[in-house]
Amino acid sequence: MSTDTTTEPEKAAPVPAKEPQRSGLPSWAIQGLVSLSAIVLALVVGAILIIIGDDQVKAAVSYFGAAPMDTFSAAFSAVGEAYKALAAGAIGGVTPITESLTQATPLICGGLAVSLAFRTGLFNIGAQGQLIIGAILAAWVGFAWHLPPGLHLILAVIAGLVGGAIWGGVVGLLKARTGAHEVIVTIMLNYVAIYLLQWLLTTTTFKRPGRTDPISPIVDANAQYPQFGSTRLHVGFLLALLAAAFVWWLLNRSTVGFELRAVGANADASRTAGMSVGKAYFIAMLVAGALAGLAGTQQVLGTDLPLTDGVAASVGFDAITVALLGRGTPLGTVLAGLLFGALNAGGLQMQLETQTPLTLTTVLQAVIVLFVAAPALVRSVFRFLPKERGAGTVLAKGWNG
Amino acid sequence: MKKYVRGLAIVSVLTLAVAACGSKPTDNASGGSANKDFKACMVSDSGGFDDKSFNQTSYEGFQAAIKAKGLTEVKAESKSDNDYPTNMTAMVNAKCKVIVAVGFKLEDATDKAATANPDIKFAIVDSAPAKPIANVKPLLFNTAQAAFQGGYLAAAMTKTGKVGTFGGIKIPPVTIYMDGFAEGVRYYNKQKSKNVQVLGWDDAKQTGLFTGDFEDKAKGQNTGQNLITQGADIIFPVAGPSGLGGLQAAKASNGKVNAIWVDTDGCVSAAEYCSVLISSVNKGMDVAVQDAVTSVVDNKYDSKQFVGTLENGGTSLAPFHEFDGKVPAEVKTELDQIKADIISGKITIASKAQPAAS
Repeated sequence: MSTDTTTEPEKAAPVPAKEPQRSGLPSWAIQGLVSLSAIVLALVVGAILIIIGDDQVKAAVSYFGAAPMDTFSAAFSAVGEAYKALAAGAIGGVTPITESLTQATPLICGGLAVSLAFRTGLFNIGAQGQLIIGAILAAWVGFAWHLPPGLHLILAVIAGLVGGAIWGGVVGLLKARTGAHEVIVTIMLNYVAIYLLQWLLTTTTFKRPGRTDPISPIVDANAQYPQFGSTRLHVGFLLALLAAAFVWWLLNRSTVGFELRAVGANADASRTAGMSVGKAYFIAMLVAGALAGLAGTQQVLGTDLPLTDGVAASVGFDAITVALLGRGTPLGTVLAGLLFGALNAGGLQMQLETQTPLTLTTVLQAVIVLFVAAPALVRSVFRFLPKERGAGTVLAKGWNG
Repeated sequence: MKKYVRGLAIVSVLTLAVAACGSKPTDNASGGSANKDFKACMVSDSGGFDDKSFNQTSYEGFQAAIKAKGLTEVKAESKSDNDYPTNMTAMVNAKCKVIVAVGFKLEDATDKAATANPDIKFAIVDSAPAKPIANVKPLLFNTAQAAFQGGYLAAAMTKTGKVGTFGGIKIPPVTIYMDGFAEGVRYYNKQKSKNVQVLGWDDAKQTGLFTGDFEDKAKGQNTGQNLITQGADIIFPVAGPSGLGGLQAAKASNGKVNAIWVDTDGCVSAAEYCSVLISSVNKGMDVAVQDAVTSVVDNKYDSKQFVGTLENGGTSLAPFHEFDGKVPAEVKTELDQIKADIISGKITIASKAQPAAS
């Protein structure tokens, strides 16, 4: 708790119309409130889009003058049904929940890869490329080798970690040795990775026997993450949680992590204090790459997905928004990953039941991050939100790093 | 507080205004209600139903079947490869009678769902299971045949003696067009003892120009311009929306460069470029999908693979539209002859990307 003077008890803080400039809430609670408000605002924006796009509303609007209530009831039912389906598809039962968790799994790992780099003052746009290389190696070990159960999976996962670590490590090394800006390097390496994948898929090593399409064989059963019952949720999810715990430990409990955070907070001061900034950059990108590589293994070893040019989907880029929403903290990233996973899973159900386009969930995700990135905007709508102290510095650092 | 209320009022007024502006004629999709209980379902690949390419064309055929037979439509768009199994399971759970999957990437999910649900009929566009499955109908297209005509037409129309082509991504549904095109040009050279060159694709080595994706129009324009700079005056972009950039490059040449479009009649799907389109190589996915869905309704479904050819109209050369007067009658006769010869087997096409005959 802070030492700020407040006259009210703590639980009364989120009362509207008070406009307190400071409050006794800890900063994580304030951040949580801002994020929550951003989600609410995003749902409002989404509702407007649903209303605009809905055929029944359009029909009702055409005779708005005659029966205005029709428009409102149509609008309410359109929004209500869409969000009901969204919620049902995300958390309405065991299967939807496992589906949400499955979707969240690679997002969490990818988000951690971006978060860790954020904390070291690096903007890792390259999770996509690191994920692809990880997926390539993991898939290759998965389908080209034939090993006993257990061992096969472990080796495939390690291959993925190594692949991602190499792709990330190169960036760290270039940054440390030559000062090459990590944003440029990671973006370019994303292209290298996707084109490398496209080329590999035309080679006989990677092409599925009997197919001319660029699609790899599915990995051996031995190399797949065991699934929970008949759901698609797999052990990779637990690995994602372990990875989050590891990142927390690394950042907050280890000497290396202290150096990473110090470099992230102020590279010059860290250098003066005798830390090796280059080493910190290298280690951060190496570990970040490995985390993204882990997300890659979850794509190819987790859900029966063969290697195709779309194996990474947009996970590597969504990971950036997950990390932004998660404020660069491991716990925040896990929560943000879960939210995005739930939105993805719910979006599919919403599309199915109400034919609301899938892109709506993308809009929701984008708007949430937009509001989170602009807390002042959220605060102007929800006046009761207290000001954050020193917030946003972590996120703003990256580009200047 | 007052501000707050005012803000709310403004927002709600705006919402209303926007909602009012958004009103446009709604198309009532119910053609008949004869088979309202019959659920026909479709799953797109990650391109989405609005990809101006095979998802969209397949969806049009799907809708045609829905309208004609008065079915209930259920469709699921996939945003990423992760969504295929989920969407397929959702379709099975929705009690679909027929499920159409679009694209080879859905093959695994389709095969799995089909094996687990023998009562549901499936059809898959541009792909075939490794081993035939009793309830999966592959819809394949030998577009090399019509592309062969396209290549011949281009060779006959070029003034510079150079024609060019480029693809989106090097995958069989793309290279099959480029193969056919190159072979058509070679056939023209042989028949007429000419030496028209094909830029952008070497069908013997299977190497050529690719934009790397199907979305980036600017890349298509650069690639098209690249071919034009090398002297090509007819280009054949096989890259979906990215290929539209190639048409843009042709249009910018003020009549010097023309193009041949693929998948659908470009004068209909991309009418703004009709003035530079000599013709298009049609791929009849819409018809094939419509037939497949209809066959299930009529209890005439079979899982025999459908291969669209010149013979059954599954692929064809589109009308010449604005070039009708510019294409010599002689060339038109020759094109018809080529069609007859391909159907009769007198002309054989070598492309390895062709679907195996059923």
